[in-house]
Amino acid sequence: MFELFSYGDTGWGDEILRGLAITVQLAIVTLPVGLLLGFLAAFASMSRLGPLRFLGFGYTTIMRGLPEILTLFVVYNGVGLLLNMALRWWNPERGATDFSPFAAGVIALGMVFGAFAGEVLRGAFQSLDKGQTEAGRAIGMTQGQIFRRIQLPQLWRFALPGLGNLWINMLKDTALVSVIALDDLMRMTKVAVGVTKQPFTFYLLACLIYWVMCVLSELVLYWMERRANRGIRRAV
Amino acid sequence: MNPIEIIAQYWPRLLDGTLMTIKLTFLGALIAALVSPGFALIRTHAAPLAQAPLRLYISFMRGTPILAQLFLIFYGSGQFRPILQDWGLWTFFRDPFNCALLAFALNSTAYQTEILRGGIMGVPQGEIEAAKAIGMTRFKTLRRVVFPHAYRIAWPALGNEVILLMKASALASVVTVFDIMGRTRQIFSRTFDFSTYLWAALIYLCITAIFVLIWRQAERRLSRHIEAHHKPRVAAQPAKEPQA
Repeated sequence: MFELFSYGDTGWGDEILRGLAITVQLAIVTLPVGLLLGFLAAFASMSRLGPLRFLGFGYTTIMRGLPEILTLFVVYNGVGLLLNMALRWWNPERGATDFSPFAAGVIALGMVFGAFAGEVLRGAFQSLDKGQTEAGRAIGMTQGQIFRRIQLPQLWRFALPGLGNLWINMLKDTALVSVIALDDLMRMTKVAVGVTKQPFTFYLLACLIYWVMCVLSELVLYWMERRANRGIRRAV
Repeated sequence: MNPIEIIAQYWPRLLDGTLMTIKLTFLGALIAALVSPGFALIRTHAAPLAQAPLRLYISFMRGTPILAQLFLIFYGSGQFRPILQDWGLWTFFRDPFNCALLAFALNSTAYQTEILRGGIMGVPQGEIEAAKAIGMTRFKTLRRVVFPHAYRIAWPALGNEVILLMKASALASVVTVFDIMGRTRQIFSRTFDFSTYLWAALIYLCITAIFVLIWRQAERRLSRHIEAHHKPRVAAQPAKEPQA
């Protein structure tokens, strides 16, 4: 039984670990993309300019209402089509180019993460104490200094629980990229199942690996939250 | 083809897919709604050791991708085919719709249980003491005092969960259930017309919008007796879900 999961030609341990590596890479690359989009969405939806506010609101509302797998297909096929159109316009002789499923995964998952993160960050911004910003201005801080020294550290504290949930959701959503043929944990599991004909064993293994990743994430997040709140007196 | 031609030619399929999505979501949420009150009571009242299996189940359901859960049930059942055939359950597991429904119901049960637990814990102790003081039995207290208030507290979070389930139901297309997503992929593979996806997006957004309106109306009904004085209490979001 354990031979199945061993390294080398007889077992599937190395293949599944390679898949896991792709899954982790995907999640880690997506995180900064999603956070950036989240900040942009939060700033846009708090902007003084009406059209920008509308754009931010539209993005967060629509993206949050769509199934992640639909977003993934829209990005994978849509961006692929656009890319090919652009390339053909550039060089008509060129054949069809395949859009990298990894890039499609990063963009799609990043867009979903960004939409939810936009709401989390907006909420965090709105719970900042206005008096502190005013105090910063009163002692002559620039807007950048106020953001960096007063708002950002507290923003982090308010947004961390929400962002932590989003990270865990995103980690789980990476399983979707197996559908567009990226060799992540889920797809390597599928390959192993195809050969060994032991679907339950291998899908259970995949579930357990995701589970471990989520529980570990929760532990790290708990520790980060405690650290972020170390200067705060706990309410009784 | 242009977007109008797509919808003109393929609307019967998309309509069929829409009905399938609604059916999957509704039945999945309903089954979970029938099971979760009992589980929530275990979570709030049972001894910690007795809760252990339930907590493990909830943690598993929330810590693994729904796609993996779906594959575990749909493909995984194949490994036990002889046993399932003996028990006469094989015809159930062979149908992708049944497997998807089972996966979604199991998943949603875990989330709804946690949401409802939050609701039950949000009921003020004084209300339960008052019920005891006028001689209500424990069962009657649950039925007339605890659950009505717990559902009112949990209502918005439960609505979010149903929307998340509706979004997750699109995964059923991966195991060949023809819901909106399944029909969309089928149409796209024939036409290679990108607007197919945009129609699908529009349908999903419409379903969500209509659902939100209905849910809000129901919330107003649930709290009509206190509306004049103050707004209903809203439960904190369940630990692991963003607001949908």
